[in-house]
Amino acid sequence: MLKRENKTDVIIVGAGPAGISCAITLARAGKEVILIERGLFAGSKNVFGGAIYTQATKEIFPNFETEAPIERRNIEHNFAILGEEDSTTITYRKNDNSSYSVIRAKFDRWAAEEAKKAGAYIVEETVVRELIKEKNQVIGVKTELEEYFADIVILADGVNSLLAKQIGLRKDIDTKDVALSVKEVIKLDNQIINQRFKLKDNEGAIVEIFGGPMLGMLGLGFMYTNTDSVTIGLGITLNELAENNYRPYEILEKLKQHPTIAPLIEGGTLKEYSAHLIPEGGYKKIPKLCDNGVMIIGDAAMLVNNLHWEGTNLAMISGKLAAETAVEAIDKNDFSKKTLSNYEKKLKKSFILKDLKTYRELMDVMHSRKNAFLCYYMKKINAFFEMFTSVNGIPKKENYHKFIKSIFTDRKISELFKDIWAIVKLLWSILI
Amino acid sequence: MNLDKKLYTLKYSPDTESHLKPDFEQCKLCITKCCVNICPAQVYEWNEETQELIVNFENCLECGACRIACERQCLNWQYPKGTKGVTFKQG
Ligand SMILES: Cc1cc2nc3c(=O)[nH]c(=O)nc-3n(C[C@H](O)[C@H](O)[C@H](O)COP(=O)(O)OP(=O)(O)OC[C@H]3O[C@@H](n4cnc5c(N)ncnc54)[C@H](O)[C@@H]3O)c2cc1C
Ligand code: SF4
Ligand code: SF4
Repeated sequence: MLKRENKTDVIIVGAGPAGISCAITLARAGKEVILIERGLFAGSKNVFGGAIYTQATKEIFPNFETEAPIERRNIEHNFAILGEEDSTTITYRKNDNSSYSVIRAKFDRWAAEEAKKAGAYIVEETVVRELIKEKNQVIGVKTELEEYFADIVILADGVNSLLAKQIGLRKDIDTKDVALSVKEVIKLDNQIINQRFKLKDNEGAIVEIFGGPMLGMLGLGFMYTNTDSVTIGLGITLNELAENNYRPYEILEKLKQHPTIAPLIEGGTLKEYSAHLIPEGGYKKIPKLCDNGVMIIGDAAMLVNNLHWEGTNLAMISGKLAAETAVEAIDKNDFSKKTLSNYEKKLKKSFILKDLKTYRELMDVMHSRKNAFLCYYMKKINAFFEMFTSVNGIPKKENYHKFIKSIFTDRKISELFKDIWAIVKLLWSILI
Repeated sequence: MNLDKKLYTLKYSPDTESHLKPDFEQCKLCITKCCVNICPAQVYEWNEETQELIVNFENCLECGACRIACERQCLNWQYPKGTKGVTFKQG
């Protein structure tokens, strides 16, 4: 291969958690790395819930708990099942530091600065339009203005990854394998947030929301607390929106008006509205992860565990594993698919592919039985508590009998059996 | 709250040329016009009179949903230039 000017060891496309973690790992190993980001700064195009997870984040940024722009330390998880008017919430509270809420425009920017300090070179406001290939090997990238060359190109360009598609590593995404999320950050006084969510100082709370205006849809809502604001949003599978002509922001408006949610955000003012896609295809939709001279990490590789709202941790650790593979390849001076496939082996050994494999059947079951699990049974949970808490002069035994009878009359027995069978199959696939 | 007020919270640096290029002839044949409803920024509007799709590309949040959902798979969808488009301050 010709020796070219502006050639470096590694080029990474996209400065999200995946790209930044990959860059910092390479820079720390003394390799030359260029990180190219299309936004004004790292984070300026990025949207999430959300929470970052301490264990994974510390693995890349050991100092983040004291240095990074963190909003709150999450001590409470709420699971809220909303009916049309009523709701049932389960709360788990523990005073530990397993996750923190952050604002991506601040956190990603800080993380990119850390990578810069470690020696990575960051090019902002630059879109990579194409990958350059020579003899079946990716050898560089074409931006709007220039061409850059490298021994290895790593794609960290997020869920849409036009680049992975361009070189045939990924097929076009199906509408059922991706969720569209809309979200609002609502400004509220720090003290008011603490009162409403029963927090003190910088403690934070998470609310995962099922049902409400999303009853019967493959969609979930979320709330997170920041220092002086509250985040509320939802994600709904794209095929659901497209087939039913739903407008995502209208569903979000309805969620904000639900009697359980409205008091939490009352009196707040909208700071920012945003939207982003979430990969939902899971294990079965993971693309080819490498080829000659190229690897794919983070959302671009569809590495998201949607049931647990985990994405940034998979992005960070996949970035780190790809960087370690790149270091080995550079030291051997071998950038073939065979050498780079060590990245896939490392992913398989890590929690990333193990977890995604555990949930491999989840989305198929949810797609086929969403009316059961995301509507019927949710309504029944609220109906149970309505019955249990009502004081109306009707003997309790009658109430119980009526409730149990309703389970069998409101849904066909054959459907109930199918539901049970689906659960058994799902649990089998998860646990065995 | 209506969508205009939501979009008003965002910082945009609009380009003069659209980064979203549907094939307008295909749009005329499109039955669902699903881009009109799914787009979180209501970038697309269908003009009944002229039978044309209007693309308010300046409002785009760059999510990519329309590209994937487009009924006739006819959307030439690019990211805006590096210095253009939306900038999230929260995200
Ligand atoms: C609504 C929502 C809520 C979420 N909540 C959580 C949560 O609470 N916790 C959690 O862990 N995860 C959450 N996730 C998932 C998480 O945000 C992602 O998994 C994670 O951001 C993936 O990181 P990444 O670096 O792979 O991709 P991204 O963060 O998407 O970064 C990709 C980067 O590449 C850049 N880019 C793209 N194309 C190009 C190009 N051609 N040239 C140059 N630059 C380019 C983009 O501008 C961007 O900066 C959530 C996601 C969404 C949408
Ligand atoms: S969905 Fe596609 S084909 Fe239909 S109107 Fe929209 S852009 Fe045109
Ligand atoms: S990318 Fe998203 S915001 Fe932009 S036009 Fe398409 S659907 Fe609308």
